[in-house]
Amino acid sequence: MSKKTLIPIGPYHPLQEEPELFKLYCDGEIVKDIKWETGYNHRGIEKLSESKTYEQVFFLVERICGICSNSHPFAFANAVEEIAEIDLTNRAKYIRSIIGELERIHSHLLWVGLAGHFLGYNTVFMWAWKYREPVLDLFEMISGNRNSYAMFKVGGVRRDIEETKIPVIQKILDDVKKKTDLLTGAIMDDPVIHARTKGVGILTKQDIIDYGAVGPTARASGVAIDVRKDDPYAAYPLVNWKVITAETGDVFAKAEVRLLEMYESISIIEQCLKGLKKEKPGEISVKVKEIPEGIGNGRAEAPRGEVFHFVQSDGSNSPARHKIRAPSYVNIATFKKSCIGQTISDATISLAAVDPCYCCTERMAVAYDLKSGDKLMNANELINESVKRTNELKKTIKSKL
Amino acid sequence: MDTELIIEKFKEKFKSDILDTVIKNQRRIIITINPDSILYVAGYLYRTEGFRFIIATALHTKKGFEIHYHFSKDDAGLILNIHVILDKDNPRIESLSNLFNASNWIEREMHELFGIDFLNHPNQEKLLSEGNWAEGVYPLRKEFK
Amino acid sequence: MGFKNYCFKKSLWVFHFGGASCNNCDIEILDCLTPRHDLERFGILLVGSIRHADVLLVNGSINIRDKERLIEVYNQAPKPLLVVAIGACGCTGGYFTDSYTFAGPVDKIIPVDAYVPGCPPKPEAIIAGIVKLVENS
Repeated sequence: MSKKTLIPIGPYHPLQEEPELFKLYCDGEIVKDIKWETGYNHRGIEKLSESKTYEQVFFLVERICGICSNSHPFAFANAVEEIAEIDLTNRAKYIRSIIGELERIHSHLLWVGLAGHFLGYNTVFMWAWKYREPVLDLFEMISGNRNSYAMFKVGGVRRDIEETKIPVIQKILDDVKKKTDLLTGAIMDDPVIHARTKGVGILTKQDIIDYGAVGPTARASGVAIDVRKDDPYAAYPLVNWKVITAETGDVFAKAEVRLLEMYESISIIEQCLKGLKKEKPGEISVKVKEIPEGIGNGRAEAPRGEVFHFVQSDGSNSPARHKIRAPSYVNIATFKKSCIGQTISDATISLAAVDPCYCCTERMAVAYDLKSGDKLMNANELINESVKRTNELKKTIKSKL
Repeated sequence: MDTELIIEKFKEKFKSDILDTVIKNQRRIIITINPDSILYVAGYLYRTEGFRFIIATALHTKKGFEIHYHFSKDDAGLILNIHVILDKDNPRIESLSNLFNASNWIEREMHELFGIDFLNHPNQEKLLSEGNWAEGVYPLRKEFK
Repeated sequence: MGFKNYCFKKSLWVFHFGGASCNNCDIEILDCLTPRHDLERFGILLVGSIRHADVLLVNGSINIRDKERLIEVYNQAPKPLLVVAIGACGCTGGYFTDSYTFAGPVDKIIPVDAYVPGCPPKPEAIIAGIVKLVENS
């Protein structure tokens, strides 16, 4: 009779940033079942939102997640502006899109670094995070903070991007483009990475539709959904860009989609900067008197997928009900499909490929013991398994070259 | 236009179950239905019309417990809210999780935060309340006088 | 030289505990290891187990469920141990003090030696905080 062994990942592993516990039930080398526990990150944000004014809620929703810090205010602003039927100035639209796309670039670079670490390429981790720094400098120049920019408000944005800043932004974007070329070349052409990521953690189109998954996770399986194209907002209908998809649905496809999306983001920002030059400086928001009674469904495309905010207003200063759904809420559930049947060494990279933003989902952590589950490996050891596999592959592949 | 056609077909099929329709614009529509027909409506939207389930929002208002099921038709950019009103003393409704996996977690969460019972849910166990608050406590319920 | 001073004379090993946080502070702590700030050149290492650590970094507003984990982690740590509360949430609870799952800021649960405020604090601030802590200990 086969023994099922238990391998917990988490809850507090230094590179898995938020508390989350996945328990992998394994039969020998293969993962047979996964359970996960959540609740370690639950902060009661939806209830808190009901006691704050609309302006204060922007500061609250920014802190739902640090990496997609801008997407939540974006969706919330879309929802409230829908209730009050507010039209933004073009300048505000361009600035919003610029911030949204800069965030996408820094988030994808962060992911590339983490994926590199899980595969055993620590140099990729260090480089990707080093190349992220200029983007964070840009944020500091535009908004005053490297994360949590507080740029949005109902009716527009809080700070303008002056004419003098535009050449600086352009210069850093050119640099980011060169570095993205470097990373893309290093990752897409490496035979060991092909061997580690192709055919691993596959999600079929039907899986995506069944779980309602969104973002690069969905686009890598051929489901071409992107809120910026389907339900356009801000400056996205004013510029030219395309939705990036891939067909195979494995970890390689997810990496490819994210890397190619960075080029689209750079192009969108450059077009928005040109658009800004044509608009009158200073017109960054419209006056809003009050938010009437009503319902607003707002959404935005975060780096991880569609963020959805539902706001019900009763005519007062605070939302009567504020529902927040982050993309990782639906994406993480696909872990069950993409990891079962994989080997232990592939489990970490399959998990990381979904780019789980645990704090967005407000829940993470699970650790169960099925049957006799003895503890085999902790999180560190799991990553070491993955690194070992990469090293084995390096030997076999490089010996053939 | 696409949206009008979809709504006409929907109204034809479910005329006896629809209680109210609010069309805000081409992309935002709210249809209030009888809670007993939620499975048929959700099945029709998901299987026949190709809608994607985004999430469900529960609310506690003076009318009782309300749920908005948010469905998205991506190629038309449409969000269709299917709205139901449940009994204030004993809120219960059929679970959608046997139809698709997308609603599994959110129904467990609504059960923990509001106390709504989802009938025939495959595993209506705790999602995030373990250790965070006690049994029988529903943090998002409101006090109405 | 006291025992505590002796222990912290050489390079510090750091363990990071993230409570219910938005992850901004976690990313800024990890940023300290990356080439721009590069803490490792001072011998400061991020370790995977509390039993190897000299310094415990805590961030995030502590949720009722995290509280026991935090106490467990603190008890498992070999003493002497320096505790640093990072970020607005770590220092005072930040935005989330009114929430129904808030279990008190870090200094109500375990003794804290240094506070690094900010939302999130820049990597320079975190490094300055740790350096000041070591100088004063």
